[in-house]
Amino acid sequence: MTSVLYDTPGPRAKRRNVIFSVIFFVLLALFLWWIWQTMDGKGQLKWDLWEPFTTSQAWTTYLLPGLGETLKAAAIAMVIALPLGAVFGIARLSDHRWVRGAAGAVVEFFRSIPVLLLMLFANEFYVRSTNIGSEERPLYAVVTGLVLYNASVLAEIVRAGILSLPKGQSEAAMAVGLRKGQTMTNVLLPQAVTAMLPAIVSQLVVIVKDTALGGAMLGFTELLSSRSTLAANYANVIPSFIVVAIIYIIVNFILTSFAGWLEGRLRRSKKGTGVVLGEDAVEINPAAVGGGFGTGGEGGGPSGFTFTDKPPR
Amino acid sequence: MFDFLEGYDVLAAFWMTVKLTALSALGSLILGTLLAAMRVSPVPLMRGFGTAYVNIVRNIPLTVIIVFASLGLADIFGMTMGAPDDFEVQDFRLAVFGLVGYHAAFVCEALRSGINTVPPGQAEAARAIGLSFSQVLRLIVLPQAFRSVIGPLANVLIALTKNTTVAAAIGVAEAASLMKEMIENEAQTVAIGAVFAFGFVVLTLPTGLILGWLSKRLAVKR
Repeated sequence: MTSVLYDTPGPRAKRRNVIFSVIFFVLLALFLWWIWQTMDGKGQLKWDLWEPFTTSQAWTTYLLPGLGETLKAAAIAMVIALPLGAVFGIARLSDHRWVRGAAGAVVEFFRSIPVLLLMLFANEFYVRSTNIGSEERPLYAVVTGLVLYNASVLAEIVRAGILSLPKGQSEAAMAVGLRKGQTMTNVLLPQAVTAMLPAIVSQLVVIVKDTALGGAMLGFTELLSSRSTLAANYANVIPSFIVVAIIYIIVNFILTSFAGWLEGRLRRSKKGTGVVLGEDAVEINPAAVGGGFGTGGEGGGPSGFTFTDKPPR
Repeated sequence: MFDFLEGYDVLAAFWMTVKLTALSALGSLILGTLLAAMRVSPVPLMRGFGTAYVNIVRNIPLTVIIVFASLGLADIFGMTMGAPDDFEVQDFRLAVFGLVGYHAAFVCEALRSGINTVPPGQAEAARAIGLSFSQVLRLIVLPQAFRSVIGPLANVLIALTKNTTVAAAIGVAEAASLMKEMIENEAQTVAIGAVFAFGFVVLTLPTGLILGWLSKRLAVKR
């Protein structure tokens, strides 16, 4: 892709690139050396601090249960949010204006509120209005917040997925006499779901990352908060942060790669319409998009669809 | 009806949110542009660094980054951000630091996707009529790239506005931490939730509408 910006380097450009490489390498090495020195100066490289991670106790007592809670919350949230999002996404495409309007308002509302506010509110709501025990409450609050927020994001993905299908699909369905509901369930949804799969998997990354909010603010015993119990036990704040960050990176990297693999596979596959709602449909959103734009559907076509405002071609 | 607001400075909390947003937006725009420049540069090492930064930072939860800034950088490495005695200022700056580092990765990706939307034929045509490298960049590629990138950047800005609430995790007195305090102490849970939700709708909706309108207006028609 880089060919837009520069020609294939000739001898002079190659020499220049080598010089830049060397300078950048030296700067980078200096920076890394400085980090190493600082860590060493504060005694953070002592083996005592890192040794716990080679024992099974640190993993079985703290990290793995924490990771388990993180994945559990993410999985539950996804399983509830997906059908809810599908309902709202389809409702936004309804022929009845009031259904469309109501669904649109709900979706836009929950998309423009930080997920942390939803979690805090859900937590307080459960404290006052239900008798869910304090052991279980953080999980409920985290899942509720994640479901409300991600259902509205998924609604947009579902809507975009259905809109991305070629118009001929619904026209043909109507022509053979299917009802609106039948068109949706038998023709459009099955194709849209395939097209959406990569975007949905990418959304899982956002959900996994957002569970950490529950650990920091609500005392949900997920990976981040089990890190602090671990660090309190072994007195190794910095190493524990690094290990936990690596765990998050690995988990999310697996999910992202899976989404990328799915996307490539769907794009190549000869079956279906070749429409794929790519990873970048949600990639641009750090904890997802918000606001009331950038979600409109462009017409179909086999070019792959994203709702991150690429200029229409 | 709104007497539950007494004794709480909701506006000050939202002002803190706005300050966090504005400073982090500025910082992440600068750092993100730098990273994007690295990612499209002809030097493989810089490209590799840019890619590594984006892929690492994007996969770590923002909460982890911000809590690490407070517990790790400040408490252990003594990174006081120029305010060793004033913890309020220090926490604020650490939160901005974390927000900048995290969102720079997303700004970088948005900018890079913008450069990618420019068809190679544009630069080829420009070179064919004899423009130099800097002219190609200045006159042909970047103007088109910037115009197509407003939409994605607006999405990052909106997400950034919402993500400033994570700063509550290290005790910055912004909207989410005030809401937590109020909702625990006052009876009108729903009303408090509505007030804060309304505040964020007010902050994010105009940003989306204005920048969305702008991006549609400025989009390069192809």
